[in-house]
Amino acid sequence: MVSTTLMIIVFGAIATYLTRIGGHVVLSRFERIHPRVEAALNAVPAAVLTTIVAPYAAFIGVAETITLLIVGLLALRLPALAIFALGWLCVLGLRSLIG
Amino acid sequence: MASSKTEFWTGSRAALPIVTAAGPFGALFGALAIENGMTVFEAGLMSAILFAGASQMVGIELFGENIAPWLIVFSIFAVNFRHILYSAITGRYMTHLTFFQRYFSFFFLTDPQFALMELRHDQGKQLSFAWLMGAGLTFWFPWLALTIAGALFGSLIENPAEWGIDFLLPIYFLALVMGFRKRANWISIVLASGAVSILSFHFIGSPWHITIGALAGIAVAAIIGVPKNHKTVV
Repeated sequence: MVSTTLMIIVFGAIATYLTRIGGHVVLSRFERIHPRVEAALNAVPAAVLTTIVAPYAAFIGVAETITLLIVGLLALRLPALAIFALGWLCVLGLRSLIG
Repeated sequence: MASSKTEFWTGSRAALPIVTAAGPFGALFGALAIENGMTVFEAGLMSAILFAGASQMVGIELFGENIAPWLIVFSIFAVNFRHILYSAITGRYMTHLTFFQRYFSFFFLTDPQFALMELRHDQGKQLSFAWLMGAGLTFWFPWLALTIAGALFGSLIENPAEWGIDFLLPIYFLALVMGFRKRANWISIVLASGAVSILSFHFIGSPWHITIGALAGIAVAAIIGVPKNHKTVV
């Protein structure tokens, strides 16, 4: 009996590998990719990640909403690790202030 | 042509900055995987065979939320979808490799690996198998080792909310979203996905906000299309 977790990991790995060969195997057969298809493909990661973040910004609490606003602004200037560290401090600080 | 050994170490050195920049997120993934109910072995396995940070984080975010396993796999697939464009581009630089070498190299096609390959190609140098392995393995080994270290450390933390650890994933995801901001149509995609996600979360419920919200953003991008001369990838 294989656990569901292991199944998710193995199938997730297969799915990931397919994305890493997919462009070479499939897209390279076409002379050119239709601009709308390319725009759609290109939108996928930002679209998916946004849907995960949005409810956290809207429904958790004031400290969390403000933290994400600040993280969004910091991201305009700082590298990933710095954004992340400051965001962490931010949520800790605001939670202790606002509760 | 430089020897394979030299090529390997040249690739390895090129990948070192990535290790310092992205490595800590491997440790974070390990720690959060434990908080979300995975074992150290499962966290390590995930880093070893997925080797795709953002999608691994998405996997553990959805894991244990009573979400159907196929939807978790599908979300991992969706977040990694960008690799399809990378592989279409880099495949052209690897035609001199054997079938096995090429398809083995594709396993290591992460965002930073793609950037390194583009850079090397732009310098007019051939992408040898040794160079690709040097770069790929130099990132892969620390990613795995740091995941395990993070997982072992994470299993020592008893009350994650007290340390704000419960809110690290959204911060991480938002930083990723912001990282895509130079891409075509970014603001329209984010606004559409964000608004539809919040509405679906409220009126339909989790996890449908992910599927419906993402489709909204993708549809908006397809409707607008890509402005002429805009480089879409990275």
